[in-house]
Formats: sequence, structure tokens, C-alpha cells
Amino acid sequence: MKKLLLATALVAFSSGIAAAQTVRLGTEGAYPPFNFIDDAGQVAGFEREMGDEMCKRAGLTCEWVTNEWDSIIPNLQSGNYDVIIAGMSITEEREEIIDFSANYFPPAASAYAAASADADIAGGVVSAQVSTIQAAYIAESGATLLEFPTPDETIAAVRNGEAVAVFADKDYLRPFVEQSNGELMFVGDDVALGGGVGLGFRDSDDELRAKFDAAIESMKADGTLNAAIEKHFGPEAKKF
Amino acid sequence: MFEFCADPKAIEGLQWMMCYLTTGKHIDFYLSFGTVLLLLAITAPVALAFGFGGAMAARSHFAPLGLLGKGYIAMVRGVPDIIYFLFFVIALDQGIEWLTHQVRCPDWSEPIRQGLEFRVCPEAKVPHSSSPAIIHSAYNFGLAIITFAIVFGAFAANVLYGAMQAVPRAQLETAESYGMTPRQVFRRILVPQMWVYALPGLSNLWMILIKATPLLFLLGVKDIVYWARELGGTKTQAFAYPHPDWRLWYFLFLLVFYLAFTRVSEIVLSRITTRLSHGQATAAGEMLRKAGAR
Repeated sequence: MKKLLLATALVAFSSGIAAAQTVRLGTEGAYPPFNFIDDAGQVAGFEREMGDEMCKRAGLTCEWVTNEWDSIIPNLQSGNYDVIIAGMSITEEREEIIDFSANYFPPAASAYAAASADADIAGGVVSAQVSTIQAAYIAESGATLLEFPTPDETIAAVRNGEAVAVFADKDYLRPFVEQSNGELMFVGDDVALGGGVGLGFRDSDDELRAKFDAAIESMKADGTLNAAIEKHFGPEAKKF
Repeated sequence: MFEFCADPKAIEGLQWMMCYLTTGKHIDFYLSFGTVLLLLAITAPVALAFGFGGAMAARSHFAPLGLLGKGYIAMVRGVPDIIYFLFFVIALDQGIEWLTHQVRCPDWSEPIRQGLEFRVCPEAKVPHSSSPAIIHSAYNFGLAIITFAIVFGAFAANVLYGAMQAVPRAQLETAESYGMTPRQVFRRILVPQMWVYALPGLSNLWMILIKATPLLFLLGVKDIVYWARELGGTKTQAFAYPHPDWRLWYFLFLLVFYLAFTRVSEIVLSRITTRLSHGQATAAGEMLRKAGAR
């Protein structure tokens, strides 16, 4: 009996080690419709759906983890999760420290949303989320940059008058503008920034990146991505 | 939770509110109050133990131990908390993984540090990447407790050190003259008497600890402030329960919670103070004696 117990314990132990590695997907959970925490407390949105589909096609077991946007790259590097899937635009600065997959969301426009049509976006106070390409753009543009840790706060800053406008991904801002009963509106011209949204990987994780690249490729080819973009971002969103 | 919640967009008024306040996300919010209380319930005694150990070490006549105790107090008190919460936790986490890596993967050839990356073999990940989410939460929670205990333990050590010095020398001398050993003097006279001197300082620390719990989110534990911010933010139609910016209401609720909690703490602490002052050679003890004599 003892031997039997020992044997089962050993089998259980070794099979635990041999079991497929779980890939941990790190997201922000505060950037609808890309990713957000739904009313059941689960990660939801475009990236949830696409991430699950990519894992299925790559034959991986995946688990979702949320992390503050500001520390999302350092925590990838220290191994708290294996993939960043958080609406992160592909830029040269980020390429230097992490690797990106092919984009799964096309290079899209960033836009200003303001509370009045004559908002001074060239020289006034403009809010943007910290460590984003939009924040970098505003810092260069001559306007005064007001940074916030979460995207939601950047919009709240416009509503309460702290900033004259918010500068963010147009696809993120659109639902807020459309559902604001005319309180918010797009002003100025759209700006094209970044090389689309991609998954972030550690530099040393080329094998994992190749698997996800293949999954993204097949989802682009069979139209799954375009259908999901249409579903989550509406007919106006740019597609592949 | 309720049957009529099946289609949230079709209901309104009180029903909508009832459904809204019982979503899974709100349940997580309510449970996070438990997380905070649990953290306090575990951290307070652990920090006190750290403090006691630190104070005893600092008082020690054995030089290395004395230096260790004083060094601990000076180090932690001198460095901003937020640096501890950002740096120390990462160092601790990576230290644990580095050790398990040495044990489980002796044949691993790649370097662990690659530029900015920290990469141990998959078997050495703590907790293992395939562990359920609850294990990961528990691990983060454990790291949080250790960090809080070390930081607050240093302050408690300083408070207890001062309290031990404040016990009147005459009391200890009397004990010695009765023939007690230094160990007996410490245990029977010094420790029971020092609490009354330590209590104001310790109660301060307790209040600061209560208010420091929002730092939990830095450690990957979703606390009440995280959920208040998350739930209160503007919700578009992508959510089942869209609403404008309600952060004000959520934070008002937290204000009430923290005020009520600190008020209850104050009442309890003042009772403990009265209790500990009985028979003490202090002004408070003297007042109690006179009140009793009347």
C-alpha cells in the first residue's frame, strides 16, 4: 500500500512537471474595447477574444493576468507573464527593449477629444496616458502634457476641465465621444502614430513569438481578425 | 444574482441598481475589503514580532547583534516606503526564483540575467506558471505581508526600543535586589511595564498601516482602492451596466470605511491604554489609582 501511494505520488509529481507550460498573457484591463474587466470580473474585449483564439490555434494553454500599464514592460521582463496583449502600439523605442509580433490591429489614427470645438490643442493642456506614443507625441507638439496612469482618468480630466483635450487612440475614444450626449467631440485632425498594435515578448522568447506570429497570420488570412475588429470597434474602424 | 438581471439593458431604477451592485465585479470589490482586513490581521502581529526582535537585538550587549538591530532600524526607517515596495519585493521574488533555479536546474547553461530580463528555467518559476490564479494571488499576498512586516517592524522596533528604555530604572533595580536574574527582570518587569510607553507609538503605526494598505496594488494585490477606481470609471455601452464617472461615490464610500475603521481602532486602543495604565508608576496610572480610591 505504501509503495502504491508512493508510486502514485511520484507519477502525479512528474506529470505535473511534464504538463504543458501555461502561457501567461498580461493585459491592462482598463482600455475598452481592446481589453477591460467585464461586469463578471473577467478580462474581456477584442484582445480577450483574439488572445484566446491565438492560443487555441497555437495549441497553448493560456491564462490572463492584469497589470498596471506603467509597469507592464518591466513585469514582462522579470517573468511575471510571458506576453503583453494590451493595445500596445509597435514603436522603435519599445522594439529596443522587447520584441513585437506581427500587428493584429492595423496602424490606426490617434485623435483629440475635447469639451468644446474651439479647444486650444496646439498650446493648451492636453491629457494622455503615461508611457504611450500619444504622450510622447503631445510632449513634442508644444501643448502642455498632463499624464495619467489609466486611460479613464485622461477623459475624466477633460470633463472636469483639468485639460482642454485628451489625445488617445481614436478607436478607444469613439464610444466615449458618441455616448457623451454631445459633451465631448473630436477636434483637430487625426494623427497616424505607431505601426499598429502587436503582442510584446521578451527578446529571448523567439520560439513563443513564432507560434503567435503563425496564429496571427492565419487569423488575418481567414478573416477572423477583420470580423472581430468590425464587431468590437464598429464599421468605421480600419481593417486589414 | 437575481432573476431579473438577465438583461441589464432592459431594466432601470431600483432593479438596475440592485443588479449593478451584485455583479461579479462588485462581489470582488466587497471581497477585497476582506483582503485588506486579512492583511492587517496578519501583518500587525508579524510586524510586532519583527519589532520586538529588532528592539531586543538593538539593546543587545553582544556587538554584532546590536549592530544588526540598529542597522535594520536605521535602514528601513531611512528609505522611503515606496522604494521598499517597488525594489524589495522584486528583489525578494527574484531571489527566491534564483535559489529554486540553482536547485532544480543545475544544468541550465543560459545566463539568468540577459540585459534587462530575468530568466530562470520554467521549473524554477515561483509560483509555477501553470498554477491556478489563486496560488499566484496567495503568493503576491504573502510577499505583501513580508514587505509590510519588515517596513512596519522597523518602526515598531524603534518604538519598543524607546519604551524599554523608558521603564523607570528604580523598578528594574528593585527586581534585581530581590535576586532576579537579568532574564527574569526582562521578562517579569521590563516587558510588562514597557507596553504603556510603547502604546502611543504603536497606535500611530497601526493607523498608518491602515492607511498604507492601498500600497497593496503596487504588489499586484487588487485592493479596495483598485476596485473603487476600476468600478467608478466611466463605462461605455461595451459594458453590461454603462454609467458615467462615479468615482466620487466609490471614493466617498472608501472614505466612510476608512474613517469608521480608524474610529473603531481609536476606541479599542484607548481601552487598551486604560487597561495597561493600571498600577503603573505614570501620571495615567496615578489618576486611575486615585479614581479607584475614591
